[in-house]
Amino acid sequence: MTMLHTVNKSPFEKDSLNSCLRLSKDGSSIILIEDGIYAALEGTVISDSVKDAMKTKKVYALQDDINARGVKGKVMDGVELVDYAGFVTLVTEHDNVQSWV
Amino acid sequence: MSTTKKFLYVNRRAPYGTIYAWESLEVILIGAAFEQDVALAFVDDGVYQLTKGHDTAGIGMKNFSPTYAALGDFEVNKIYIEKESLEARGLTLDDLQHLVWEDEDEDWAEKDSIKVVTSAELADLMGEQDVVLSF
Amino acid sequence: MKLSIQVNEGPFQHQASDTAYFFTKAALDAGHEIFRVFFYHDGVQNGTRYTTPPQDDRNVVNRWSELAEAHKLDLVICVAAAQRRGIVDEGEQERNGKDGNNIADGFRISGLGQLIEAGIQSDRLVVFGD
Repeated sequence: MTMLHTVNKSPFEKDSLNSCLRLSKDGSSIILIEDGIYAALEGTVISDSVKDAMKTKKVYALQDDINARGVKGKVMDGVELVDYAGFVTLVTEHDNVQSWV
Repeated sequence: MSTTKKFLYVNRRAPYGTIYAWESLEVILIGAAFEQDVALAFVDDGVYQLTKGHDTAGIGMKNFSPTYAALGDFEVNKIYIEKESLEARGLTLDDLQHLVWEDEDEDWAEKDSIKVVTSAELADLMGEQDVVLSF
Repeated sequence: MKLSIQVNEGPFQHQASDTAYFFTKAALDAGHEIFRVFFYHDGVQNGTRYTTPPQDDRNVVNRWSELAEAHKLDLVICVAAAQRRGIVDEGEQERNGKDGNNIADGFRISGLGQLIEAGIQSDRLVVFGD
């Protein structure tokens, strides 16, 4: 079974992304939404850990949340941007979903 | 034929500072009546929900910790605690309530409900669930 | 697919209700069925009709009510969480001796069993919280 993980909190505010990275299996997908999108950005103290995760997990970010926060130009290579329709597709294409709040 | 799904309740928050711990227990108790394949995971600060000796008199809140001990009676007996979360907080199983259930298939023998698992083991378990409720 | 959504936070305080709304709308637009939207914890606050947000901002409660009407959605507010936080329908008003009720259009108050049932009956249950 392949799981979709959602992370909606900033990695600088809470440990939700950390816990998600620790407890998600290789081959699973992670979608960053709301304040979680800050984990998709280049040049932060956690960028390397996300790049590392991307070796075995697919990482997505919700485009509208990126746009809202004015950080469009800073998204790391390899993070795929999706809209809400894409978010729905990810939910239906994965076998199960877990939210890291 | 009714459907049986794997339900996992994920608890990541400490008790009393927020209501999530208590209100998640309420879901678990109601959910027990639906005869699904239920498991609980305590991760990050969620492990603090199970410490012994809660004394809430001074903060004026209801001490709901005895409810965990009753979970076995509701046939909620697959309780997983992440080893890394315990260790990061300097806790051992001795700091936590000893939760048990009685196996009617083995003459009501008392068994441990709690299993301490590694992150990798818990990740595997999480990946197998049909429904994951996060509070 | 049959999808259910759980909303754990109230309007405006967190983005959860907004994201849940846009997710639900996108799912409907894609032709999926929404089995239930279940509001728990402070999420029950999405069901009060007494909010008056500023004119130049979105009306989170009305948006849910309108979506529910347009698509016949089942928006369920957990009774125990609602009692704690003062979201009241006519039945709760009478049962608990309140002098009024405040439930918004399209929402109904019911038990936690509705959440479990949503998990059982749906293909996916997605949680939006904090």
